[in-house]
Formats: sequence, C-alpha cells, structure tokens
Amino acid sequence: MAIRLLVNLVRFAATFLVATVVVFLFMRLIPGDPAQVALGVNASPELLEQMRAQFGTDRPLAVQYLDWVGGLLRGDFGVSYVTRQDISPLVIDRLQVSLILVLTAMAVALLVAIPLGTIAAVRHRNFSGIAIGAVSQLGVAIPGFLAGILLVIVFSIQLGWFPAGGWTPPNQDFGEFLRRLFLPVLALASVQGAILTRYVRSAVLEIMSEDYLRTARAKGLSKTGALLKHGMRNAAIPVITVTGVQIAALIIGAVVIERVFVIPGLGSMLLDAVGNRDLLTVQSLVMVLVAITLLMNLLIDVIYTIVDPRMRKSS
Amino acid sequence: MRRKTPLILTAALAAATALVLAGCSAGSGGSTGAADTAERTSATIALTAAPVNLDFTTTAGAAIPQALMSNVYEGLVEINQEGEIVPLLAKEWSLSDDRKTYTFTLNEGVTFSNGEPFTAADVKFSFDRVKTDWTTTLKGKMDVVESVEVLSDTEVAVHLTQPSNAWLFNIATPIGAIFSPSGVDDLANAPVGTGPYEVASWTPNESLVLDTRDDYWGDAPGVEQVTLKYLADATATTNALRTGDVDAIVNLQAPELVSTFEEDPAFEVVSGTSSGEISLSLNNRIAPFDDVRVRQAVLHALDRQAIIDTAWNGYGSLTATYVTPLEPYYVDLNDAYEYNPEKAKELLKEAGAENLDITFKVPTRPYAQAVSEIVVSQLAAVGINATIESSEFPAVWLEDVFTNHNYQMTTVLAVEARDLLTVFNNPDYYIGYDNSKIAPIAAEADAADEAGYIEGMQQVQKQIVDDAASGVLFLFPNIVITTAGLEGVPENAIVEALNLTDLSWK
Repeated sequence: MAIRLLVNLVRFAATFLVATVVVFLFMRLIPGDPAQVALGVNASPELLEQMRAQFGTDRPLAVQYLDWVGGLLRGDFGVSYVTRQDISPLVIDRLQVSLILVLTAMAVALLVAIPLGTIAAVRHRNFSGIAIGAVSQLGVAIPGFLAGILLVIVFSIQLGWFPAGGWTPPNQDFGEFLRRLFLPVLALASVQGAILTRYVRSAVLEIMSEDYLRTARAKGLSKTGALLKHGMRNAAIPVITVTGVQIAALIIGAVVIERVFVIPGLGSMLLDAVGNRDLLTVQSLVMVLVAITLLMNLLIDVIYTIVDPRMRKSS
Repeated sequence: MRRKTPLILTAALAAATALVLAGCSAGSGGSTGAADTAERTSATIALTAAPVNLDFTTTAGAAIPQALMSNVYEGLVEINQEGEIVPLLAKEWSLSDDRKTYTFTLNEGVTFSNGEPFTAADVKFSFDRVKTDWTTTLKGKMDVVESVEVLSDTEVAVHLTQPSNAWLFNIATPIGAIFSPSGVDDLANAPVGTGPYEVASWTPNESLVLDTRDDYWGDAPGVEQVTLKYLADATATTNALRTGDVDAIVNLQAPELVSTFEEDPAFEVVSGTSSGEISLSLNNRIAPFDDVRVRQAVLHALDRQAIIDTAWNGYGSLTATYVTPLEPYYVDLNDAYEYNPEKAKELLKEAGAENLDITFKVPTRPYAQAVSEIVVSQLAAVGINATIESSEFPAVWLEDVFTNHNYQMTTVLAVEARDLLTVFNNPDYYIGYDNSKIAPIAAEADAADEAGYIEGMQQVQKQIVDDAASGVLFLFPNIVITTAGLEGVPENAIVEALNLTDLSWK
C-alpha cells in the first residue's frame, strides 16, 4: 500500500515536470505575440520592443522557463502582464466555480445513473430495461451545450422559472446561487448521467454472468439480493474509473456550458487567456488542470483499494 | 455495510461539494444576480469585447476607453452624438490667428475621484505624459504639440508646431484624457479621473461596476450604479436581456437575433451609426492587387447592398471609404464603383488577370465569417477564385496580416474614429497604399482653416477612391436593444466612449 502510494507520488512529480516543459514550449510555438495583441493595430516596431521588454518575453527561453517554474514551486503563478493582476487569486476563484459546477453535476449524475443503470441491467430483457437503455443512448448523443440551450429556452425564456445564466457566489445569496446553478447542473448532469448509466449497465450486466453470482443465487439469495451483496462492489470498479476521468475532463470541458450560461469558470478563463496570448495565465491554468487530473488518478487509486481488497493484497 | 459500497463515491463527492460550498466565495468577483429594486437606481449593460485591464495608455483596443472615457476620465472637450466637438472640462477655448495656439478656459470646482482638485497643471501633466509614458501609437497624435503653458489655475495654452485641425478632435479621444499626478500609480486596476463615475469593482473578462461620485462637478448621472457585463456569446446575451439580467445590449454582433425584439413592446431596438467599417483590404504591395485595374475590378464585382442584406440582415449602411456620414468632411462616393460584373471582367482582362487564384484571410470574428462566403461567391462570378483561410483574431491576424503583411486579401472591422489618414496616409500600413498623391493634400488640409480642411479631406477621399486603394463592404451598425423604460443609452458610437451619463429610468 505504502509502496504503491510512493510510486504514484514519484510518477505524479515526474508527469508534472514534463508537463511544465511541454506547456511552456507549446505556448511559445503557437503563432501570436503577446506584445502584439496588447498593442493591437497601433503597434510600431519600437513599441513592440518596449512591450516585450516589459513583459519579459524578450529574455532567453531558459530564463523565462526557470523564472516561471521557480514561481510555481513557491506556489506563485506570477502577475499576468495582460490583466496586470495576480494570477493565483483569480485561478482559485475560478477553480472553485468550476469545482462546484462539475462536482454537483457528477454527484447528480451518479445518483441517477447507479439505480437506473442497475435496473437497466437487471431487467435488460424487459421493457423498462430497454427503455432506460434507449433513453441513455439518446442522452449520450446530445451534446451538453444543446441540452443547455434547450433548457434555457424552456425554463428561462418560456416558463421564466430559472435565470438564463449568470453566477451568484454562494456566500452572497445562497438561494439565488442555487437558482442559477440549477440549469447548468441539469444540462451537465443529464449528459453525464446518460454516459454513466451506460457504464453502470454494462458493468452490472457483466458481473451478472459471473460464477460467484450464480453460486450466491444457488445459496438461496434472490437476484437483487445477490447483486447487492456480492455484485455491486465489483461493478463499481469501472464506474469509478470513468467517473474520475469524466470529472477531470469536465473541469475544462464544461467551457461550452460556461459560455451558454455565462458562468465564470476555469474553461472560459483559459479560452480568454489563449485568445489574449496571456502566456503566464495559460501556463498556470494548464498546470492546475494537470494537477487535478493527476490528483484524480491518485484518488481513484486509493478508492480502488478501499472498494476492492484484492488490490490491497496485490501490492 | 457492504451494500453501501457503491455509494461511497457518491457520498464523497457530495461531501466535497458541501465542503467547498460552506462559506465559499467562489466567483465572488463575478456577476451579481441581485434583483433590481423598485426605484431602479442601477442599470446593467451588456457589451461584447472585454477590456483586459483598465490602462489605455499602454494597452490598445477600443474596450478600455469604451468603458472609461466620459464616465471615469474626461477630456477638455468631448464629441457629442451628432459628431460635434463640445466643451467638457474646458468651458471655452480660442484659437490664435496663426492657428498654432489653443487657449482653454477650464471649469472651476472640478475634482478627481481621489479628492485632488483639477487645475491647469493637470492638463500640462496629462498632455506631456502622453509623450513620455504612453506606449500605444495613438500617442503620435500628440506629436504636433510643442509645449503646454500653464497661464493660471484655470487657463492653459497649448502651442502647436504647426496648425492642426485634427488635434482638437483628437483630444476628445483617449489621448486627451486628463489624469492627476497622484492617480497614475496603478492605471491598470485603479483609474482616477474627473468623471461622474468611479470604478467600484473590476473583474477581468467579466464585469466592471461603476458607481457615481458624490463630489462630481457637473450634473449627476440619472443612474447611481452601472454594471458593464462582458458576454462573449450572443445568444447568452439576448437571453440575459430577455430574463432581465441585463437592461440593455450595446453593439450586438448578431443581427439575426434582433428580429424577435423588434416585435416585442417590452424592448426597444435602435440601429445607430458606429465609427467602424468592415473593410475588404487588398494588399497594394503584391500581385495581383498591385494593379489598380484588378482592385477596381474587385470593387465593381461587389454588390455591397446584397452583402449587407445577406451577411448582416440588412443592418448597416454603405460608405465608399473609411469616412462615416457623421464626420465633417464626409462626401458620398458610393457611386464611384457601381455593381457591374461585366465591367469587372473587362478590367481583369485588360490587366491580364483572368481566372485569378487568391487567398482571403478571414479573422475568426462573427462579422468576418458572415461576409466571407458571399464575397467569395461574388468574386467567383467575375473569375476571381478566392480561397478562404481562417486566421485567429487577434493574435494570429495581427502578426501575420497586420505586421508581416503576409496576405493578399483580408477583411477587418476598423473601429477607430476618423481613421482615414491612419489607414491610407502611411505606406507602411498593412494595406500598403502609395500615399504620394494624398500626403501633400492631407498636410495642407490639416494646417488650413476649417473650410480648407473639409475641402482638402474630401479631395483625399476622392483620390483614395480613384485609386481603388481598398474596399469597404459596409458601415458597421451600432445595434442597441434596451428594456423599455431605460433611456439615454447612446445610439451612435462615434468615438470609443460609451457615455453613460444620460442614463435614466422612466
């Protein structure tokens, strides 16, 4: 267990380091000069030079890289030369928004997907099972932003029950916060719920044909009883994997939903920063995402060992 | 116990969510959703392009002055909705007989938002500072100033190196903004001006909240708090208006979304004039557009009204060059190149440029995407095969097209006010127009009296059109949609400033 964790941590550090190099170089390879974007159509060669010196982008790449990584190690993302504000507080602020949105949506999706997926598997020959399968297939096919736009048209424009978008911080007005969170969470959760339902269904279907379940049935347990007592723990493994991957992907992938619902999350911040060639902000955001993905993998690994005792023994 | 296992993750997620929510201030810098009170002392206006910071002395782009000029910063003079120069911080001014010295009499009792009184010394400080501290090339518009002389606390004389008609207009734009020596420490985040509003809060790419000042020298604005909300998505913007999250949309860039508001009595739609032109820029330096006949052929090949109707739902108006009808020297040259594909083909044949293959660099902006297809099809009808090449705007377009001149044809929304000479009287500009004919006329016009100025500038326009220097597809409309009851949202965007001082609720 301890060795496994240590190996993971070393892997974590190595991946993080490689990622810093990749994102740093990539941001300098793509066309577009931050000084040029800042000066726009009024740029002259002298002013560009002056601006690059001010930004520090005229220094050798190695110096720029070390400067940035040094800051990262101290937990300081630096000051954006485009907005001229500290990057760290902005990122933390946006990260909280994204986490609230994504984790709430995934929680809702799981709450729906686990019972529905199980029912769909257990009754896969009945009408209800087939119906759930079909509806979830449809849900997988509908992009989140389309779901979002449809929800806005029905619930905001037509019925006027919920705001069409915008964000209220939870400590400012909690009721308003929930009202504004409802539609985007629904849009994300309906798609994610459909995806997870498919995974739960196939995972449960698979274990239903396992020998140990047949043995449990032979001992006299009912189909549902056997499944709950012996099956779910095994079916959980692939579902946990997918959930972890989806959460990491959604932190940025929710950008389209953020645009539709005007939510100040990480995704839209990254999009704006790339557009403005705000190199330091882009680099910081990508590193935050790398860290989240790696942490998520670490967390999934820990959860595996909790759920499946065999994994504890194997190491 | 066992049956709960699959719920562990769910529970963990729920717990994590609850933990984050508890006392968390996520996004507190962001948009407020507070419902408006019955008295309606605040208004929220949706805009598209967000300022990246609040310092227009070192950062280019129209978004910063749009929010701050007239509201937070004021100049000695300003431009009204009819395009005229009117007094602001200066009560009155006079011009010497040699047209080289402007003497301004300043308003008294004016203070900056940090409490400092405004005097003639601040005018000198601000004008001198353009030359020393500004880094955008707009600063060049102050080059004609030889010296600024403080005559008394309320009188200041500006000596020019040569007579200049353009200068007085120019100081109504951002370069004329008056700063306080004690208020320039953090321009990017904390602007200090003499205007009726001050910045209450500022979240990059999201919103800017302006509060009125109690000690403003002039009439107090009709609305105490104005929130400028920056919404990148046009549909989200109109949804926000419909559900009352914003009270007005200024310069909506999606004309296809306007029609539903036009029929609705709860909203008012106005299509005003902006200073922006959608250009069809032809690179005069290289083949095939180094040949005037090919450029003329392009202009004859375009049915501009059809372009407005198809690409921008009929919003917008025709203009032949970078001059809008609200500029004093506007002259209607729209008939110079009538839509005539046959004539275009003849000109191409004459130039030996039949079956031309060119590339058309199209910035990733809604207006550019909208016009590109119809322009390509109209050009194809006369035998010019344009291949569309998408160019990320602004980053890639600025480097590739604007700086490196690596293009044959492109389109861009040129928003700067009175930009005719910026674009054409500079052979190094990306269009690469040979300005040898217009340069002397323009210089003479700037130094002449007002009548001479107007006549000279009209001559410049005619020359540019004769040379078919570049195309203008149409004059960009300023589409404004307001909730019924909100008045005073400026209809025309003649200069950068979005003047919020006349807002009021009926």
